[in-house]
Amino acid sequence: MVRKKLVVVGNGMAGVRTLEELLSLAPDAYDITVFGAEPWGNYNRILLSPVLSGEQAFEETILNDEAWYAAQGICLHLNQTVTAIDRSRRVVRSDKGIEASYDRLLLATGSNPFILPVPGKELKGVVSYRDYHDVRFMLDAARHKQHAVVIGGGLLGLEAANGLAARGMSVTVVHLSAWLLERQLDQAAARLLQKNLEARGLAFLLEKQTEALLGNDKGEVRAIRFKDGHELPADLVVMAVGIRPNTALAESSGLYCHRGLVVNDTMQTYDPRVYAVGECVSHRGMAYGLVAPLFEQAKVAANHLAGHGIARYQGSITSTKLKVTGIDLFSAGDFIGDDTTEAITLADPVGGVYKKLVLKGEQLVGACLYGDTGDGAWYFRLIREGRAVNEIRDQLMFGESAIGDSGHAGENRSASMADSAEVCGCNGVCKGTIVKAIREKGLFSVDEIKKHTKAASSCGSCTGLVEQILVNCVGGAADVTPKGEKAICGCTEHNHATVRKVIREQHLTEMSALMRYLNWRNEDGCATCRPALNYYLISSWPGEAKDDARSRLVNERVHANIQKDGTYSVIPRMWGGVTNPSELRRIADVADKYQVPMVKVTGGQRIDLLGIKKEDLPHVWEELAMPSGHAYGKSLRTVKTCVGSEFCRFGTQNSTQMGIDLEKDLFGMWSPAKVKLAVSGCPRNCSEAGIKDVGIIAVDSGWEIYIGGNGGIKTEVAQFLVKVKTAAEVLETCGAFLQLYREEAFYLERTVHYLHRVGLDGVKQRIVEDAAGRSELYARLHFALSFEQDPWQERIKAGALRREFEVLAL
Amino acid sequence: MTDWVSVCTLADIPPQGSRVIKRAHGEDIAVFRTLNDEVFALFDRCPHKGGPLSQGLVHGKSVTCPLHGWVIALDGGQVQAPDQGCANKVLSRLEAGVVYLAL
Repeated sequence: MVRKKLVVVGNGMAGVRTLEELLSLAPDAYDITVFGAEPWGNYNRILLSPVLSGEQAFEETILNDEAWYAAQGICLHLNQTVTAIDRSRRVVRSDKGIEASYDRLLLATGSNPFILPVPGKELKGVVSYRDYHDVRFMLDAARHKQHAVVIGGGLLGLEAANGLAARGMSVTVVHLSAWLLERQLDQAAARLLQKNLEARGLAFLLEKQTEALLGNDKGEVRAIRFKDGHELPADLVVMAVGIRPNTALAESSGLYCHRGLVVNDTMQTYDPRVYAVGECVSHRGMAYGLVAPLFEQAKVAANHLAGHGIARYQGSITSTKLKVTGIDLFSAGDFIGDDTTEAITLADPVGGVYKKLVLKGEQLVGACLYGDTGDGAWYFRLIREGRAVNEIRDQLMFGESAIGDSGHAGENRSASMADSAEVCGCNGVCKGTIVKAIREKGLFSVDEIKKHTKAASSCGSCTGLVEQILVNCVGGAADVTPKGEKAICGCTEHNHATVRKVIREQHLTEMSALMRYLNWRNEDGCATCRPALNYYLISSWPGEAKDDARSRLVNERVHANIQKDGTYSVIPRMWGGVTNPSELRRIADVADKYQVPMVKVTGGQRIDLLGIKKEDLPHVWEELAMPSGHAYGKSLRTVKTCVGSEFCRFGTQNSTQMGIDLEKDLFGMWSPAKVKLAVSGCPRNCSEAGIKDVGIIAVDSGWEIYIGGNGGIKTEVAQFLVKVKTAAEVLETCGAFLQLYREEAFYLERTVHYLHRVGLDGVKQRIVEDAAGRSELYARLHFALSFEQDPWQERIKAGALRREFEVLAL
Repeated sequence: MTDWVSVCTLADIPPQGSRVIKRAHGEDIAVFRTLNDEVFALFDRCPHKGGPLSQGLVHGKSVTCPLHGWVIALDGGQVQAPDQGCANKVLSRLEAGVVYLAL
């Protein structure tokens, strides 16, 4: 088969990122040719400022060296500017006369710096700040020239000014507006920033309009003159007053441009064979000059080039960060606001901290932080998720609550951590290791950091810190797509919500059919997607979808918990934590007979037998003659109880019996993640119901029900749902909530995270206010549970299930 | 000289699953069967921390270790990047529904 030809014009971050995405989707779809006007492979343009200031070498910014192109079989033409596209013959031609024909063309021509149309703009010593060529020019100038003037007090201008000052020049920044970074900051924050930069030796001239650049007799720039007649000596002038989409090539070939090359939501131009991504495009009237949107566009364009045809680009919310060492500045979304928004501000001019949060209705829509940007990543996530924040409005300004967040010695601010400080306590990864990986490997998302460094890949408690480090290193280029929007895994581009919806709407009951329907890339998926899909199928269609043991991870397949040495732990169920002499005798006998190395009381009020060999499991279960405790599953774990009114002199209700009834009512329940319950007999709360997925506290007049607590990685206090009178109401309310969670949560999403995503109010409406809906949910739960049996009993019997536990001897 | 030893039949191994071969001398061997009925064998030890690969989830021509999620290629034992390492492979062959290993 003859492969189709893809030509890419533009060898920058947008174009090459599209190729990387395309190669991962459809490695063999095209013969690829790339034209780049610069003489280097793809480099990380956002790191040019650290190169200018001398904090990083250019070589460290290379993302794809020439060997990469060769390894992918890509024909690379460096140093060649494409000057013509013949769309009827489908051929592009470069300034060196090279022609390449295409079936699909991708334009990623980026942007050009805007040059002020003033007399003297062509003098020697006048430069823009756009690519590595400009950086080299500035570095050369810094070696033997003294007075630099930077026109433009935006992000690029300030980074250039800081870099030149670091290289020993005296630098003045000239700016048209009344304050610096007027697109990123409000006036109060800008004043703080200016003060800080002045303390570092930079000078500023605000509200100054440039009239002309003046030259000497050698044609070199010597001064700048303003409209008010004021002159300033300058032997290097950097113009950083903005960028314009580079559409010259597109326009000359007749493609429709309007403030950029116009594309639709599939990144297609008006010529269906021609796609475009990056700073050259105009999408829904917006042209983006930051990296994160380009990456989102690259994903969409690659999806369509690969022939999948389903991804849509719907615009981006952006964030920016000033890359000047020692100055922390972060802004995201709409931080200026208007008549329809409200702002919360915190100003500490002496301490050098300024924060402004912009809210619209119940949502956070913008944030501007100066001096302390540690929570930037969190705010950015809240803006992206569009989650209702009215419930935490009074706490919002103080950042993400970190109570009980364990595993990194109480550190919640990555910026203040030393390079040698441990970020990931599970895998022993230090901050310096993460920063190094981000820089050297060109990482832009937490997922990539997880893969390369292992940080945040175990318990995940340091994910927030890792995200902070990422945002600190790459700023707005950080990919902080909310988990719910992300693809489940590399086997698909669909997210969890889409998969759940498709299973319901198309009445899919088999994994192979589901994978076919959604064009799964690998015939039988991977260890990430299969367990999720299996759960979605059996929870959507109980009794119809068959539980696929081969898509269960080891613990749920063998119904025991694997230990580091490959042995297993066995935890039999003790309803409500209540046992008796006969059960204890059997446990003791089993422990003797199988020489169990450790017998331990668990936190869930039962007994754990550790170190059992897999082949012994069915015998152990048979001799215990107790039901499975499901201590290994994404399922109902335990219902912890106190002794309650039967014995306790303070108890107001029979909490022990309530716990036993709940545990029996929910036995065998699979769920998106583990589920723990507790029932306390009085508000002293000895069973710690406040940190359980569902916690019940008895009071004299009834039962209070709390949901969404968590005592693990991050302590989360359960929130009050409702107070009910009878035990029957407790069963129905708890069951209905858990069924709602089972139907709506994403796989591995604990109740607390589910509640964060959908909001407590919505859950209250469906569980508390809608009596009919509540009883339907409860009925659906019971229908699903009617198919569940004790998995240990099923496996004690001879047959296919038992064979899992037999070894072959040789 | 390698000896081809018959260890089990294809039907003894569940599809997308594995069986463990215990030997009188030497380490356990995990024999895998893919969705498409190909058979592969590896020493039952993950190069990372020694996890029993036989207990992992089989997908495509790979198995994901049950302990820390390393992905290992069944056909050569190579660990998927960015992790590094290699599991020990045992040559295997399927003939008329019988699985042979080169031991």
